[in-house]
Amino acid sequence: MVMTRRSFCVALVLLCCASAAPAQDRFIVVASTTSTEQSGLFGYLLPIFEKKTGIHVRVVALGTGQALDLARRGDADVAFVHARAAENKFVAECEGVKRFPVMYNDFVLIGPKSDPAKVAGGKDIVAALQKIEAAQAPFVSRGDRSGTHMAELDLWRASGIDLEKAKGPWYRDTGQGMGQALNTAASMNAYLLADRGTWLAFKNRGDLAILVEGDTRLFNQYGVMLVNPDKHPNVKKDLGDAFIDWLISPEGQTAIAGYKIGGEQLFFPNATQPGA
Amino acid sequence: MNAMNMREPLSLLPLRVDNVVFDAGARRILHGVSFDLDAGPRTIIVGPNGAGKSVLLRICHGLLAPTSGRVVWNSPDPPHAPRRQGMVFQRPVMLRRSALANVVYALKCSGVPADVRPYRGLAALARVGLGAYADHPARVLSGGEQQRLALARAWALDPEVLFLDEPTASLDPGATHEIERIVVAMHTAGTKIVMVTHNMGQARRLGDEVLFLHQGRLVERARADVFFKSPRSAEAARFLEGELPW
Amino acid sequence: MNDFGAAVTQAAGLIASGDAQLVDIVLLSLRVSLASVVFASLIGLPAGALVAVARFGGRRPLIVVLNALMGLPSVVVGLVVYLLLSRAGPLGRWGILFTPTAMVIAQTILITPTMAALSRQIVEDGWDEYREQLRSLGARRFGVALTLLWDLRYSLLTIVLAGYGRAASEVGAVMIVGGNIDGVTRVMTTAIALETSKGDLPLALGLGIILLAIVLALNAAASVVRDAARRRYG
Repeated sequence: MVMTRRSFCVALVLLCCASAAPAQDRFIVVASTTSTEQSGLFGYLLPIFEKKTGIHVRVVALGTGQALDLARRGDADVAFVHARAAENKFVAECEGVKRFPVMYNDFVLIGPKSDPAKVAGGKDIVAALQKIEAAQAPFVSRGDRSGTHMAELDLWRASGIDLEKAKGPWYRDTGQGMGQALNTAASMNAYLLADRGTWLAFKNRGDLAILVEGDTRLFNQYGVMLVNPDKHPNVKKDLGDAFIDWLISPEGQTAIAGYKIGGEQLFFPNATQPGA
Repeated sequence: MNAMNMREPLSLLPLRVDNVVFDAGARRILHGVSFDLDAGPRTIIVGPNGAGKSVLLRICHGLLAPTSGRVVWNSPDPPHAPRRQGMVFQRPVMLRRSALANVVYALKCSGVPADVRPYRGLAALARVGLGAYADHPARVLSGGEQQRLALARAWALDPEVLFLDEPTASLDPGATHEIERIVVAMHTAGTKIVMVTHNMGQARRLGDEVLFLHQGRLVERARADVFFKSPRSAEAARFLEGELPW
Repeated sequence: MNDFGAAVTQAAGLIASGDAQLVDIVLLSLRVSLASVVFASLIGLPAGALVAVARFGGRRPLIVVLNALMGLPSVVVGLVVYLLLSRAGPLGRWGILFTPTAMVIAQTILITPTMAALSRQIVEDGWDEYREQLRSLGARRFGVALTLLWDLRYSLLTIVLAGYGRAASEVGAVMIVGGNIDGVTRVMTTAIALETSKGDLPLALGLGIILLAIVLALNAAASVVRDAARRRYG
């Protein structure tokens, strides 16, 4: 009995040590979005960066709004999101040091192949949204202050539709990440706005397909910012800067362009594009 | 060292039970019972069901507090001193440990030093004939063996007084005989025995004096041979005839 | 039905290939949940036993609160711990947000009330049987609580297993305080949530099957140990 009690205590101590974080001296926490993670980009990109610099990147994937909140609390070193207005505000509030454009992809309107609102094949997203609202066809919204959600709201505004008035049982505000929202749309046979990256990586498509794409208003720009170390002394400035510098360097940009699913490129690097 | 400074601990006895009343809710179980218990004779408490015998025993042992009245020992039990009076219940409750461990546990509760405990425990087990079972899980022993273990547990503390509440009521005649033998041995070794029993044969065999309780009152107290041959009180006579409900 | 079949195939394939990532995730899940159960037991079991045998004012209301806390929603615990450990929070300087340590803290907080509430019930029920004898022997309150805990260890093992089950299956708290970071704080449950949101349902289900198998195996092992001990010690 004494023997087992002693070995039990030893096991306990080992267990406590084992559950401490893995010994990684050089790491940063990057607050990013569900669409970037669920597209698989980080799984492809980060090992390249880590191999080059030895810096381990820990990505916490949330909606853009939540990611920026995380950064405001000082819980992340870098924010990598896709909502330019929110990013600019972040920098203006001195929460972020400077915003750098990194890459873009586009949003696509996903919907059921049966297409009750008859929007398939169109190139005009505003017209499509107006048709969906008129037909009261089921539409799934992210509803989570993410970059995609903010883009969606902008597009409703551009269509001249007052969502508060027009909302009905057809508009399903789910408050979910990109992938979960896609699952929901697939099971409801609903329309939704998704980023192409997540869609290409998504496997549970059900009866859904891309119905509208190519409208310039569907352009989706990604930006990266270092969290202000003056406001949050714990921010790892040097390591964070190294990550940002790499992302916008020719090497990082080439790596981003190299990520493909089924031969199709998901993200298009444009760090050097003026006004991005 | 001046011999005058080394005091022998005072004996617990005589025990004075002074006008003890006990109420269980609205029911009065004991109606002002008074008596003294001296060292020496084996005291048996008998009486019909509901007479309050078990309650009286527990009040003397300290498990229950009287509603009014007092139980006064000759020497007050200081809190840190080993318990010098023990109790054995009708059904022994053993811990899920070995027989020896159970005895050692009791010694530990009494403040006996750790290095001494195993020896005293083994000695107590030997005295009740359970020496070979020291490492057996206590709960695996038979009813009679467990009751012997309970006695060993009490004996290991070298008590001045041992209270027993119908210790053989659940046992067969063979085991009963074993228990009685041990009780007598403990008495011979110097422990005062106070026992409640329903078994008149047992009372006759073991009793030196008898306290007869009836409906919460101490009705008669006499030497055992006198009580069983010619009880003074009418209730005692009817009880011995079997006319009072057991 | 196709999904289920595909899931079983996926699960088998993952196990057979000894996928390194899967092994890491499984080991981390085990470490986090087991550590949480150990800490929660060390705190909760004696606390419950003490409440069972002690007598003090406010005991009844405390028991009601304990029982209610068994239903603590995991997301709420996750949120509270996140606010505590966040850099902007009171314990921010520890810097343990988004680490397995934070996950262990959150899960420990989550299951300690369950351990305490259930051990309180079991010890109180057992106390009825032991009370007279132990008081007669002169055992003291605090010692009695520990004695009963050890004597009732077979019943308490079930509580520990229940606690482990809750820890191993919860996703809300570890998602918030851990961040589901690949290679650092990704456990079985958060991995399943992630694969589900990527639409890879067969893989998610396959991981679920593996998680279930692990929990089953642990319960089976505990059962064997308990039966063997029972036969030896009675």
